Amino acid sequence: MAILIDEGTRLLVQGLTGKEGQFHGFRNREYGTNLVAGVTPGKGGTDLDGVPIFNTVAEAVEATRANTAMTFVPPPFAADAILEAAAAGIDLVVAITEGIPAHDEARVYNYITQTSDTRLLGPNCPGLLSPGKANVGIMPPEIALPGRVGVVSRSGTLTYQAVYELTVLGIGQSSCIGIGGDPVPGTSFVDVLELFEQDEETDAIVMIGEIGGDAEEQAADFIRDHVTKPVVSYIAGVTAPPGKKMGHAGAIISGNKGTASAKMEALSAVGATVLDDPTEIGTAVQALLS
Amino acid sequence: MDLFEYQGKSLFARLGVPVPDGRLATSPSFAAAAANELGGSVVVKAQVQVGGRGKAGGIKLAHSASEAEEAASQILGMDIKGHTVHSVWVEEASDIAAEYYASFTLDRSAKKHLAMVSAQGGVDIEGVAESDPDAVVKLHIDPVVGLTDWQARELVYRAKLDPSAARKAAGALKKLYAAFVGLDCDLVEVNPLILTGGGDIVALDAKVTLDANAFYRHPDFGDFEAAFTRDPIEARAMESDLNFIKLDGSVGIIGNGAGLVMSTLDVVDLVGGRAANFLDVGGGAGADTITNALEVLTQDDSVKSVLINIFGGITRCDLVAEGIIEALGRLELPWPIVVRLDGTNAEEGRAILAGSPNEKLIAAATMREAAEKAVELAGGA
Repeated sequence: MAILIDEGTRLLVQGLTGKEGQFHGFRNREYGTNLVAGVTPGKGGTDLDGVPIFNTVAEAVEATRANTAMTFVPPPFAADAILEAAAAGIDLVVAITEGIPAHDEARVYNYITQTSDTRLLGPNCPGLLSPGKANVGIMPPEIALPGRVGVVSRSGTLTYQAVYELTVLGIGQSSCIGIGGDPVPGTSFVDVLELFEQDEETDAIVMIGEIGGDAEEQAADFIRDHVTKPVVSYIAGVTAPPGKKMGHAGAIISGNKGTASAKMEALSAVGATVLDDPTEIGTAVQALLS
Repeated sequence: MDLFEYQGKSLFARLGVPVPDGRLATSPSFAAAAANELGGSVVVKAQVQVGGRGKAGGIKLAHSASEAEEAASQILGMDIKGHTVHSVWVEEASDIAAEYYASFTLDRSAKKHLAMVSAQGGVDIEGVAESDPDAVVKLHIDPVVGLTDWQARELVYRAKLDPSAARKAAGALKKLYAAFVGLDCDLVEVNPLILTGGGDIVALDAKVTLDANAFYRHPDFGDFEAAFTRDPIEARAMESDLNFIKLDGSVGIIGNGAGLVMSTLDVVDLVGGRAANFLDVGGGAGADTITNALEVLTQDDSVKSVLINIFGGITRCDLVAEGIIEALGRLELPWPIVVRLDGTNAEEGRAILAGSPNEKLIAAATMREAAEKAVELAGGA
């Protein structure tokens, strides 16, 4: 079944005519994703390699029934692009853009939550992949394999690492979701855990966290109360010095909260298999499923 | 980006938040001149990007220009939690009737802004928050609506600030919130926010953290950065747009993506080594980026071996391999380099490395194996 994206996904790319948008939009199409439209203000009426370009998201949705938007718009315009997609009734907005100001993220998240049913994934995320069905984002699809393990992660490259560790052992994935490492992610671990728990084609869940914030602690509470499927988890940043920003705005340790060890303890306490080495993800899942 | 107190106060003044008059001084004689200009008693305050300077002796009261000079000579050059004091802020002494605490930040858990106000401000606010949590009033603010008048009043009355100054206190909170949002701050904290003997509300301190992602909206904020003294290796890394943090081990680390690099530090630690740094080349790194990253590590004498851990997504492993070969040819690299490549174009990348055999270059098939080899080559921990 997969979650969030599948054969029914009708993808619209905001910024399809830009370099990154074009590369990844068409790589997604090559994978089999139904790429139906591009939106670039001022370029409406043209087409790019068979994909019609529109000036506004609303026009594109009306003409193509697009239900998923991927945003490759530069940071100064990205918040507006997400609001436009939500206003046009898009179901899922995948914001790849890195470097959106935190106040813009907070406003956008609260506004679309209050005024629409749109789900936002990201910003600053690698997107998501339902192997064999659809790819929306920048994940290299060749490392994935169709199957029944759900993967969710805050970190882009660690998502790839986890997927790869599963694939080399022949363990396929139902969906791989990168929620992004920014301070206000549109979709949280809890949201994705809920979807995987409900998904009949997902048997086990891999969750990759990192230091900072309390999203992993919230996930642990949710697992305790609502998740019956086995969860394998890894948290990056055990040896990161406290108080240092390490790239992700999200990865800031404040006090004792948000440390890797606090997160690992919280997850262990609710029965998740917690690993201290990401290269053991594949074998840990294999052991759980056998 | 954490600002110095005087920088934060300059922003407060811009938004109409009352702050005491003051001058920046980088030498004792400048401090004396500043005290003369201001007249009367002054406070000489160490400018560092870290808290706890009061307890460390970095704030002194002076009743004359010569006392200010003496205080500055004691404070300048002082080490406060690893930060050397290069300048002092000399400001007119305030008549303090009460010390409050006020801050605005983003509560990531609630995904809303969080206001915190207390009538018990001062050096021990963290102790107060711990022993008497109710003494710090917390209120969530919807970022779509912003801090409303009734919320500002609610904060003042619930925190039990002096009711006679309620209007001024609520006004100051509104202005601080305007600074928090309008100037794209991750944090605005005032401790203490004082009530003066004359009934005014004044920001006696300013802890402001700016969101570097929003600098395009505030072109003048780049000037703040010029006042910071940086580690020379970090400065070199910044020039090349590399995200670098110095650590205390001997295994140099280069990787793509903050999560993968953090994870690499952890695996190095797990197999008995210590990382010399955190270096994230980001997404889409080309050959030049890798060459630059290796050059940055040559400036750190504590590096004994280097581990390059790349999982290609946007980043292409063939370009990474080209960068390594380029660096080996162009630079005098004093250490062995263990390379692990996976993901986009990994096979091409490995072939490029295999095609240019070099005794300094060691290929590893997995992250764990790469970490073990790099730690062994660095001579253990």
